[in-house]
Amino acid sequence: MKLYDLTIHELRRLLDQGETTAEEVTGTIYERIRMLEPKVAAYLSLAEKRAMEEARSWDKKGYGDTTKPLAGVPLAVKDVICTKGIRTTCGSHILANFVPPYDATVALKLKEAGGILLGKTNMDEFAMGSSNENSAFHPTRNPWNLDRIPGGSSGGSAAAVAADECIAAVGSDTGGSIRQPASHCGVVGLKPTYGRVSRYGLVAFASSLDQIGPITKDVTDAALLLNVIAGYDQRDSTSVPRQVPDYRENLLEGLAGVTVGIPREYFVEGLVPEVERAVRQAIETLESLGARAIEVSLPHTEYGVAAYYIIAPAEASSNLARYDGVKYGYRDREGKTLMEMYRKSRSEGFGAEVKRRIMLGTYALSAGYYDAYYKKALQVRTLMREDFLTAFKQCQVLVTPVAPTVAFPLGEKVDDPLQMYLSDVFTLPASLAGIPGLSIPCGFTSEGLPIGLQILAPHFEERLALQVAYNFEQNTDFHLRRPEL
Amino acid sequence: MKITVEEVEHVARLARLEVSTEEKQSFTEQLNEILLYMEKLNELDTTGVVPTSHVVDLHNAFREDIVQESMPRTETLENAPEDNDAEFVVPRVL
Amino acid sequence: MEFETVIGLEVHAQLLTDSKIFCGCSTKFGAAPNTHTCPVCLGMPGVLPVLNRTVIEFTLRLALATHCTIARSSRFARKNYFYPDLPKGYQISQYELPVAEHGWIDIEVNGESKRIGITRIHLEEDAGKLIHDETQPFSYVDFNRTGVPLVEIVSEPDLRTPEEASTYLKKLRDIVRYLDICDGNMEEGSLRCDANISLRPVGSESLGVKTELKNMNSFRFVQRALEYEIKRQRAILEQGGTIVQETRLWDSDKGVTHGMRGKEEAHDYRYFPDPDLVPVLVTDEWIENVRSKLPELPEAKKMRFMQEYELPEQDAVVLTSGKDLAAYFEACVARFPQPKKVSNWIMVELLRELNRDDREIHQCPVSPEALADLLKMTDEDVISGKIAKSVFEEMYATGKPPETIVEEKGLKQVTDEGEIGKVIESVLTAHAGQVEDYRAGKDKLLGFFVGQVMKQTQGKANPKIVNEILKEKLKQ
Repeated sequence: MKLYDLTIHELRRLLDQGETTAEEVTGTIYERIRMLEPKVAAYLSLAEKRAMEEARSWDKKGYGDTTKPLAGVPLAVKDVICTKGIRTTCGSHILANFVPPYDATVALKLKEAGGILLGKTNMDEFAMGSSNENSAFHPTRNPWNLDRIPGGSSGGSAAAVAADECIAAVGSDTGGSIRQPASHCGVVGLKPTYGRVSRYGLVAFASSLDQIGPITKDVTDAALLLNVIAGYDQRDSTSVPRQVPDYRENLLEGLAGVTVGIPREYFVEGLVPEVERAVRQAIETLESLGARAIEVSLPHTEYGVAAYYIIAPAEASSNLARYDGVKYGYRDREGKTLMEMYRKSRSEGFGAEVKRRIMLGTYALSAGYYDAYYKKALQVRTLMREDFLTAFKQCQVLVTPVAPTVAFPLGEKVDDPLQMYLSDVFTLPASLAGIPGLSIPCGFTSEGLPIGLQILAPHFEERLALQVAYNFEQNTDFHLRRPEL
Repeated sequence: MKITVEEVEHVARLARLEVSTEEKQSFTEQLNEILLYMEKLNELDTTGVVPTSHVVDLHNAFREDIVQESMPRTETLENAPEDNDAEFVVPRVL
Repeated sequence: MEFETVIGLEVHAQLLTDSKIFCGCSTKFGAAPNTHTCPVCLGMPGVLPVLNRTVIEFTLRLALATHCTIARSSRFARKNYFYPDLPKGYQISQYELPVAEHGWIDIEVNGESKRIGITRIHLEEDAGKLIHDETQPFSYVDFNRTGVPLVEIVSEPDLRTPEEASTYLKKLRDIVRYLDICDGNMEEGSLRCDANISLRPVGSESLGVKTELKNMNSFRFVQRALEYEIKRQRAILEQGGTIVQETRLWDSDKGVTHGMRGKEEAHDYRYFPDPDLVPVLVTDEWIENVRSKLPELPEAKKMRFMQEYELPEQDAVVLTSGKDLAAYFEACVARFPQPKKVSNWIMVELLRELNRDDREIHQCPVSPEALADLLKMTDEDVISGKIAKSVFEEMYATGKPPETIVEEKGLKQVTDEGEIGKVIESVLTAHAGQVEDYRAGKDKLLGFFVGQVMKQTQGKANPKIVNEILKEKLKQ
């Protein structure tokens, strides 16, 4: 048995039974991190001293407290979530030295549940990207093939989970940033319903879309982590005051009577045959488990990329205005006037993709263009949301590919922003509609790269997605494979 | 709609970004490519469609008017690029 | 050519909540720099705003008091611009859907009532404070004020003179004070006023090019700045020139307005609904609840004063113009229940002194109790009405109670008939000729004798007694 490849629930059983200690597990994982980071580069910072202290302290306290479901469990957190006293960079030069004076609600919840923070994971700058190549510090590599991207923007978290450099992780998803890297790294990723998890302390990219969620080695862990982080937060006006069920409860329920919708718009030109084959195979597996598969239509799917790449940059252009060199973050020292200070600080502090999106968003909101772009995109968003509501009258969940391709080689799309945006085509609609989406491994290409299956559910029905995913997982073995590193 | 180099300059100024001559060109080209793609949205007739700015139907999220302790000033200024132990310091505002 | 002035005011009032609009930091004025701040009002990465319920409550009060239509659903928008006192790079404000619209305030100008329309009432957060270094190329930023709730009241361009503008502004201040939602202090900036002003040929329907005036931190400055601007614009128009649409600052030292030099590139605030805040829905129940708790407003108080105290309308209007003045009157009447007499004294003596010193009623050195005591002394013939006026001036200047002043200066009325008789004797002896004339039928000379007696007693003799004895003695 290798301690680092344990899941949360397996580790908790061992800790409960006294078969290992948090100190031993945490130490082992740091050893693995030291060994693998030169190759994978999943982390931006580590909190080893603190983590080891916490581990020892849990070992001392013991594991009898059932209100601490994560006691002694070493976790990784995407560097877009504020952690008090621990540098939080968002993968950007502009925040390279920013140390938050406060904890994000999710960071607090993980801590209160007993989780041990190993470190902060790499990401595309301000969560803008689908490959992790937009990190200002270094790209993260896909543990399945080090020449490939791990996906983004939560690529660091997904790679850390896939490489067993943590037990589990949290990421954030604005347009697919949990699901797509989970898919490319062969792990489970869940973007909850918008409003399910507090955004307080999650550095904003696009406020009406951002959502924190788990990235884990199996479905049970995803449910378990969601249990911890979900819930209303008085500090987030957009979090929903709605009871949090125990997401593990109905995992064991079968698929008999469950109708799975297959949206025809997700099986179109551009979808790589190997991916399509794996997804179709997965649907057959679900059918063999008792589910009924029907074809449905989400007619506005093809407008998702256009709508998203107006709405998200527009919000981002405003959210990122606070990085002005006044209160925190990078300041240029050359500029003599205020205007020079602003422009130089921001131009030197932000990377190319962030600047591109700020420009795009500023343009879309500016006088004369608001109606043509921003308002139009919000109207299309309404149509896309209605598509889902209509589809969910016919089926309980929708099943689709996560991405049209598997992880692509580093550098392939770096100079072609539009091609990069188009690769988000299957994850954006759920983000725009605010519904939950889960990515689960459903196969491998002949080259050994993981393929992900996306399961979408109605608002606040994460447990349906989890239930379908669990049934699939228990009857396949994709989640048991590990990359050779 | 086609964005011009002048518009790119204007937008960069609004966003307080400095763009080199090279960037001006590349941003103009890239933004035009992206905006051209966005034209796709005009295929849809959205007359009378209510814009969605919030996906979940929520309202009246309030806090009560109760004073909470503020942050110690040392923490407030901890991340400041420049301060005088009391205030943030910036290049003079005319 | 004859021109007509068109003025609209944008008034910002700081709401008197304990905590800020979107976080729990204190709104108290005067704290050490950056000590009333937290991650939320500093706009730290990742923070989110949560709306203070009382801010809505206060705004509803104002909306009801100004006869506005309250929006059942309102929401916040981001106004995007860069400035070092604006920590997020945008101000949370309201744009498309403000809390209230389409109201009015009635003002009295030259004895006539005029209705001034309110376009909208919306909420926003205040910015921080910038301090400029005179010797070094730096400015310093204090974020204590950042996030203090502001309500902005935008009037229709219904005002025609600087006097109307100033009257409207005072009336608005009276209302926010009556409602206990703002302290109305212009000098400290808790009430701020910007004015849009333009001229147009009399009879013209369309509006001329306007300028926006800022930096007028007193009622007097508002009036003077508008007066100056009218003169300036008229001079330009009369010479066939055109007005430049711009923001102009009032310079109170020089008494002029001047354009803000090259500050602004064209503004493009890129307003859009703030995705971090959810809509505010106001139900009928909520509105009724606020209405039921509204204090008595100037109009209602005026009616009550006319009925309860039997005051003429003119008196009631003046006395209810401010909550504090009305309270002063009522406190005075409680101790000296002759409302009309109290009213006369307040309107003539008290307000004259206050106006001369440009003071507010709460800064008045004479308490309502002291004024009542003074009036009691005249009523009980302890002092004459004329003496009372000089005593009052002394009270106002020194803050001493009336008894002390009367005592110290020996101003008590002389009612001793013997003493008065003696003075009269000496006056009649000294003016024997006039006595003869009087007795020969020149009745009018009685006033002359009274005057002489009063002169000798320094006005202290009781005039009634003086009259009686004089008539008696002159008969002989």
